[in-house]
Amino acid sequence: MKAISRTAPSAEETGARSFARTTRLLMAPAVIFLLIWMLVPLAMTIYYSFQQYNLIMPMYNGFAGLNNFAILLGDPTFWKSLANTLIIVAASLVVTVCLGLALALLFNRTFVGRGVARTLAVAPFFVMPVVTGLIWKNMLFHPVFGLFAWMARQLGLEPVDWLAHYPMLSVVIMITWEWTPFALLVLLTGLQSLPEDQVEAAKLDGASAWQEFRHIVIPHLGQVLYVVVMLESIFFLTSFAEIYTTTGGGPGTATTNLPYYIFQTVFQQNDIGIASAAAIGAVILANIFAIMLIRFIAGNLNAGAAR
Amino acid sequence: MAIVELKNVAKNYAQGLVAKGKGDKSSNAVDNFNLVTRDGEFVVLVGPSGCGKSTTMRMIAGLERNTEGAILIDGKDVSQVPPKERDIAMVFQSYALYPHMTVAENMAFSLKLKKRPAAEIKTHVDEAAQTLGIQHLLDRKPRELSGGQRQRVALGRAIVRDPQVFLMDEPLSNLDAKLRVDMRAEIVKLHKRLNVTTFYVTHDQVEAMTMGERIVVMKDGKIQQIDTPINLYEFPANRFVAGFIGNPSMNFLRAKHADGVVSGDGYQLSLDGGHRPAVISRKMVDVWVGIRPEHLRLSDATATNRIQGTVDVVETLGAVTVVQLSVGEHSVTAQLPGHQKVELGDTLTLSCDSDKLHLFDDESELAIGRESTAQPSAAAEV
Repeated sequence: MKAISRTAPSAEETGARSFARTTRLLMAPAVIFLLIWMLVPLAMTIYYSFQQYNLIMPMYNGFAGLNNFAILLGDPTFWKSLANTLIIVAASLVVTVCLGLALALLFNRTFVGRGVARTLAVAPFFVMPVVTGLIWKNMLFHPVFGLFAWMARQLGLEPVDWLAHYPMLSVVIMITWEWTPFALLVLLTGLQSLPEDQVEAAKLDGASAWQEFRHIVIPHLGQVLYVVVMLESIFFLTSFAEIYTTTGGGPGTATTNLPYYIFQTVFQQNDIGIASAAAIGAVILANIFAIMLIRFIAGNLNAGAAR
Repeated sequence: MAIVELKNVAKNYAQGLVAKGKGDKSSNAVDNFNLVTRDGEFVVLVGPSGCGKSTTMRMIAGLERNTEGAILIDGKDVSQVPPKERDIAMVFQSYALYPHMTVAENMAFSLKLKKRPAAEIKTHVDEAAQTLGIQHLLDRKPRELSGGQRQRVALGRAIVRDPQVFLMDEPLSNLDAKLRVDMRAEIVKLHKRLNVTTFYVTHDQVEAMTMGERIVVMKDGKIQQIDTPINLYEFPANRFVAGFIGNPSMNFLRAKHADGVVSGDGYQLSLDGGHRPAVISRKMVDVWVGIRPEHLRLSDATATNRIQGTVDVVETLGAVTVVQLSVGEHSVTAQLPGHQKVELGDTLTLSCDSDKLHLFDDESELAIGRESTAQPSAAAEV
């Protein structure tokens, strides 16, 4: 017995070492992929953010120090775009999560035609953002040809030019339309994993429908809700196509968010240096959400392993 | 504490189809269920899976609606009352603890919903925890507990409420064998202490026999027999109950009857006063004979009651030796004393006292002759 226990660890150690080597080898493709497609562009962005680099003024190229950042922070449009970004994220989050949860609760029940209704409810998620923008712009919001204008006229009201008069609301409506199905899908999956007997136990314990929702369903959905909020935040931070195809960031800067601001700086002002600096700002903002998400997922994985 | 009464209760999952003339009564998951409990009685519902015992319990809880009949608690019809107003506590097979709450919160949940003062809730929870020996676990989450501990918490959550009726749906089936025996005794003790009317569902006849004051044996949605454990064992109402209760289960031999003697290939058994008049008066020829393995003993080849066969299987369990013999076309199990030397292939002659025999009708499979005299069954009371 003693002899075995003395020799065992060394064998185990070699085993562990070769296991670690295999693990590293198997992970290498993914890591290399990430390095090339993520770290290299990031490094280049950081490099350009310290360069004076305007495509139409090549004679002034050179090291700029913190100049790009100074220009950026002094630009009211940048601050406006930052505020717009956060408004879009916050408003879309609230609406998609609430609406998604309500729909998930509805679709968790059985009713006639649920399959068809569920497919239709999920459909907007499979429409490309550009197409979403065009559908809303030309078929729904359009003050002459749009469905909303037609409805208003039927009621004897003045048609509203949504994109001109309520640009931010319009953008949020479009993003919400596109992303509510995502929240619905994820939350519905969460609801379906709720054990039936827990709900029954709560009923026998005297819970009303609201108490059952508040004390059993919501805590059960807690993790799922967190994931939905985090993922959607990151997606909403990068909203671009819906704005590009409809308002073009306007009127004025009313719907210019950070991605759109970067786009304008690069492709309309041709200023790669300032755009890169703004991009760094976007990266920092996205990372705040991403770190929270990764921490949460990692925490869950650890908890799962410990269980 | 309450008297629970079920009157002609039935459940049909295809009720809508019946109304449209597509289904029929035979698809009832539970059919014509009648039972009146005593106040504080421990009633066990037992039967093979799919026999409707869980459905019956869920109807008492209100988690399923009975499609026919009435369920009364203390004389009040609760058939249309939602579960939360029935004042019934249930222990689930999976325990159904709330995973995001601590043990104390789990147990306090129902009282919290009733908006009882915090101090009172704490007293109740502490008291229940003490009864079940889980005071040291109150701050833990369910996932940090072992199966047996979760079981106790589930029981605790039920007793904290001080309900009118307890329902337990196979509460011990997720525990290992040793723990199951311990918890069995503990639940019986708990019931003695609290004296709350309890329904207990199980598919395990040992659990049923050891725990129930009265046992409801069910099959295919229908009650087969309601009686005390000892009456079920001694006076089974039909062949199903006879085979279901007892371990190893009863032997059944297909026999011909003539002049108070039943016989077949390899055996002959004479009937006593308990059976003889009934069989003769009905002019019966084909009958089923039931003999419990523990009532068989070795004897010589000249005994009046004798069963002869060759040994197929010998299971030496120490205290007893269980032997399986081929008797003609039948296989017969006998439980012999532990020190009995039996070899495979031996030819044995077994005997059994006539008053230990059970007879069943060939077609209806109902018991013939002998009737329970000790206590009328509840089905007769209704």
